[in-house]
Amino acid sequence: MSKNTLCLSVGLAAMLSASPAMAQTEIAWWHAMDAELGQKLEAIAQGFNDSQDEYVVVPSYKGTYPETLTAAIAAFRANEQPAIVQVFEVGTGTMMAATGAVNPVYQLMADAGEPWDPSGFLAPVTGYYSDTNGNILSMPFNSSTPIMYYNKDVFEKAGLDPETPPKTWAELETMTRQIVESGAAPCGFTTGWVSWIQTENLSAIHDQPYGTLENGFGGLGTEFQFNGPVQVKHWDNLKKWSDEGLFQYGGPVGGADAPPKFYAQECAIYMNSSASRAGVINNAKEFEVGFAPLPYYDDVTTEPKNSIIGGATLWALNGKAPEVYTGVAKFFTYLSSPEVQAQWHQDTGYLPITNAAYELGQEQGYYEANPGSDIAINQITRGEPTANSKGVRFGNLTQVRTVVDEEFEAMLSGSKSAQEALDAAVERGNQILRDFEAANS
Amino acid sequence: MQTKRTIFPNKLLPYALLAPQLAVTLVFFIWPAFQAVKSSFEREDPFGFRTTFIWFENYARLFADPGYVNSLQKTAIFSVSVTLLSMSLSLLLAVAVTRVIRSNRAYTTLLVWPYAVAPVVVGILWWFMFNPTIGIAPYILRGLGISWNHRIDGNQAMILVVIAASWKQISYNFLFFVAGLQSVPQSLTEAAAIDGAGPFKRFWTIVFPLLSPTTFFLLIVNINYSMFDTFGLIDATTNGGPNQATNILVYKVYADGFLGLNIGSSAAQSVVLMLIVIALTAIQFRYIERRVQY
Repeated sequence: MSKNTLCLSVGLAAMLSASPAMAQTEIAWWHAMDAELGQKLEAIAQGFNDSQDEYVVVPSYKGTYPETLTAAIAAFRANEQPAIVQVFEVGTGTMMAATGAVNPVYQLMADAGEPWDPSGFLAPVTGYYSDTNGNILSMPFNSSTPIMYYNKDVFEKAGLDPETPPKTWAELETMTRQIVESGAAPCGFTTGWVSWIQTENLSAIHDQPYGTLENGFGGLGTEFQFNGPVQVKHWDNLKKWSDEGLFQYGGPVGGADAPPKFYAQECAIYMNSSASRAGVINNAKEFEVGFAPLPYYDDVTTEPKNSIIGGATLWALNGKAPEVYTGVAKFFTYLSSPEVQAQWHQDTGYLPITNAAYELGQEQGYYEANPGSDIAINQITRGEPTANSKGVRFGNLTQVRTVVDEEFEAMLSGSKSAQEALDAAVERGNQILRDFEAANS
Repeated sequence: MQTKRTIFPNKLLPYALLAPQLAVTLVFFIWPAFQAVKSSFEREDPFGFRTTFIWFENYARLFADPGYVNSLQKTAIFSVSVTLLSMSLSLLLAVAVTRVIRSNRAYTTLLVWPYAVAPVVVGILWWFMFNPTIGIAPYILRGLGISWNHRIDGNQAMILVVIAASWKQISYNFLFFVAGLQSVPQSLTEAAAIDGAGPFKRFWTIVFPLLSPTTFFLLIVNINYSMFDTFGLIDATTNGGPNQATNILVYKVYADGFLGLNIGSSAAQSVVLMLIVIALTAIQFRYIERRVQY
């Protein structure tokens, strides 16, 4: 075959394969939702594709949250980035600092002439994801907050009222001791995410600062402060309860060992994201599950503040053709419609992103039919958010959380006291913040 | 040593014949290594918008970091333990199998199986068996009065990854030892037996020295294995924890580069790791090989 005919045939093949796609603009969407969550996500993309014929959203699963973020960054550097990428809340600081890489959602919607009204979102969601100028840079998608799951059967066996979960940590201590001593279960409670739930959320609920400059919302010069008396007291208690057998550690990061402890009825109480709801219901076949807000210390506060957000948002990455962004904007509009949001929220246990979706759920009678399904939303919207309960925003937060896990483990193994462990975590965390500041300024 | 010399009539032909191999080496080995060295002198944000040349700061900070020094120690403990454990056990098994007259083929086949299992799967298997909540091993150990929780106890975590990594490597070592043992001349051991040497004496004075080329080869392979190939296993069992107790160098490179997005430091770490392995291999060839009898 001569060179010319080769070129010609390659060109022809390219044209042939490209022609069907010419009609529709393809929008690549990289995400980190596996198993049931992944199927629900694909159903959303399918729903959008069926609703119109100009754009086609193509979701691809890229692994865990950190893996998805790394893949997107590597792709961006190679100029192969997707139009939309799902980034977890700890990546928010990293993404916000990467101004050149991101097409901010408020701008994207304005450019495409799509309706955009941040006041329609739940207040904590808007607060968490706005930059210092009050603009929302990424599209809220799956937001969750930690709640408490408990085993009603074990409560009953221990002689406790299964309808009265512990409200405060003091009550939790008494109840779990009764559970363990009565032999109803070998362990009182366990938790996923020591960093997110037992440190970040603990600070927010008790209105304690996590870092300077409004928990990092005010700029890159922030420093950690989570070695205050309330956090130290709580970690001290966790160590004490761990030694006593009331508490069992579920492992670093998300705590992979925590859910089996609860499912196997070893631990009576389990604290984790509201999005674990579907998994808990699926796995708790042999006992009845109760839902409750996270406990608080009533000697610190009588009015616990709102808990903070976890989960992820969708970021539009720069470097695509304008019509792609028009499609992204239309997709975001579809995504935040009350019907789609309410369905997603009810299927998964994630929070409804908009007030309209929450109201739709109320009209449908969903919360009455599923007791406990509104615990998360009530907990995250209670009270007036303060600078300490608005959330946390730090660069390289993934590494900081690893440090928090490591120091927690050092405390559990007895090599450090709670104060020493938290002091060390703050010191090492500040070093990581300085690295981030140096790399981004 | 004999060398064969081929004279090429065409001066370009030898280079052309070498070109494919050179191209592969350049693209897949030299170029990435060069990139790593380059990145290790830079500080960069994850997206690559701002790159600053900072000389040796990444290296300086690395060695000032107690976490890195800890990782070096853990790597040393891990590599030495895995190499010793897997090599001694597989030598024992190989000697045992060659002494079995009947059905030694069946034993050989069974002993080679674990090698076919991918490192991540090995990790998951051991994670499952030693899971503090649902694992069988902690259950049995509890009966013996040992409380097993490698999520909290760093030494237990190290024991777990050493066992898992050694188990995986035993098959490989075993195969080479079996082959090595077969090449030991039967006449030598028989002669020694006639002279009145017992089995242990025969092994230590005849078989073991004659096995030294195999042992030397396996030593290098095992050290490289424990330093590089165990990444998946660590990732699946302990994630380098608890409190960095199993955070070996190769895992730290991954965690800092891919999870932490700190490319400069991660690159500096991989350069150091590369130098360590080059140095170790050089030392082994220079000093240990002298004592090897081919």
